[in-house]
Amino acid sequence: MDRALPTPTPETQHFWDGCKAGELRLQRCTECSKTYFPPRPFCPGCGSRAVEVYAASGKGVLWSYVINHRPRPDMGKDPHSIAVVKLQEGPTMMTNIVGCPQTPEALQLDMPVEVVFETFGETALPLFQPAKG
Amino acid sequence: MKQKSVAVVGAAETTKMGKIPDQSVIQLHADAALNAMADAGLKPSDIDGVATAGASPVELAHYLGITPTYADGTSVGGCSFMLHVRHAAAAINEGLAKTILITHGESGRSRVGAGGFGRNPASLMGQFEMPYGVTSPPTMFTIPVLRYLKTYGLTEEDLAMVAVIQREWAAKNPRASFKDPITVDDVLNSPMIAWPFRMLMCCLVTDGGGALILTSADRAKDFPQKPVYILGTGESVETPMVSQMEDFTSSKAFRVSGKKAFDEAGIKHSDVDHLMIYDAFAHLPLYGLEDLGFCKPGEAAAFIRERNTAIGGKLPLNTNGGGLSYMHSGMYGMYALQESVRQMRGIAPAQVPGAKISVCHGVGGMFAASGTVIFSNEA
Repeated sequence: MDRALPTPTPETQHFWDGCKAGELRLQRCTECSKTYFPPRPFCPGCGSRAVEVYAASGKGVLWSYVINHRPRPDMGKDPHSIAVVKLQEGPTMMTNIVGCPQTPEALQLDMPVEVVFETFGETALPLFQPAKG
Repeated sequence: MKQKSVAVVGAAETTKMGKIPDQSVIQLHADAALNAMADAGLKPSDIDGVATAGASPVELAHYLGITPTYADGTSVGGCSFMLHVRHAAAAINEGLAKTILITHGESGRSRVGAGGFGRNPASLMGQFEMPYGVTSPPTMFTIPVLRYLKTYGLTEEDLAMVAVIQREWAAKNPRASFKDPITVDDVLNSPMIAWPFRMLMCCLVTDGGGALILTSADRAKDFPQKPVYILGTGESVETPMVSQMEDFTSSKAFRVSGKKAFDEAGIKHSDVDHLMIYDAFAHLPLYGLEDLGFCKPGEAAAFIRERNTAIGGKLPLNTNGGGLSYMHSGMYGMYALQESVRQMRGIAPAQVPGAKISVCHGVGGMFAASGTVIFSNEA
């Protein structure tokens, strides 16, 4: 079964294009400097439309998660993490933690993680792995 | 809203509860509505306002043969009915309608005439949560909890204790789905659903419904049942995506809704005799007790462990057994409201002696929305 994938909208296209290009693109307000997520063409902090897209560090920490023992058919058969990372730039983002055992012992809150893009057909999803060095 | 200007004069659940494979969603709404009308001594032609979620108020009105001058289709998840009560009270005070029917019906288990769980892949949730394997609430509502546990040095045993104590309440309730006592070990040995959540930390999935009828306090005196007055109400919404909650250890929607309701009611926490906190999962009573201000942040688990919310405790909580043991069709808020009304009428199976004020607090979506209703049985 094919992985459930996003359908980009005009407001989110830059984010998904960025993933395909290997860049985690966030937006920030040029008036109040707030970085926010998910994408929209105005600042949810102050309402300004003066916002810019930039390439974020792709680094963060594991903020919280569950290990789903009843995976959706498109997610395979093994238990897997559904996680939220807190990005260095501030926002939180849902993802999967990959590149390590899917166990409470391997998945410690606050451990540093970094983005890795995995391609599914025409889409690249931003997943995170334990940071290397 | 004005305190005690509006009252519940009809309240009932569906005739059957649990597994109802011979009734569709809209019939469950109607069954509960007819029971509530019988409770209030009314016919459909006496109702001039309708509110519901899940089904549309149009579907409901037409199916029951009601011609309303007020219709509320607010649909923000399982606490929608708390918002319906709030809106109905304002509408009655404003003269938009005199007698408002609020219904819930859901074929959560049997799925008779029920819709699917599909989500639009172009919605924000479809783009930024669905690709990572979220399924139903057990993989979404639970996501903030490890952060909450770490912040306050709590463990899965603290989650288990919530389920254990609510089962004690359920044992006193003939209509509860699960009545046999359980221990913390039973909970921690039940099947893993989504770490750290085991099956007995998750709500039931059942069929059922409920309905309420509200009218002005002036008219309420002429109805057959003891009126249950609306003392204060609150509502708020935060985010459609649990990953975007501002604080993983506290719900902003809970805090805003709860404070508004307490302010409107003009009461202190020590005035509260009975409390319902929508418990789709075992962590919700912990967040609720703290966000409503009954406990300081991080102290709710100890409060429950010390049996303050258990039978004989100073703050009886989820006295029907809750979504964990009583029933949970999907949008549980209506059943929490029904239990508050029963407690205020003095007819609950696990009646809190002399209870005069009941706080009923609901959640919608995955910490997406919240509604709070404070009831009093004194005019």
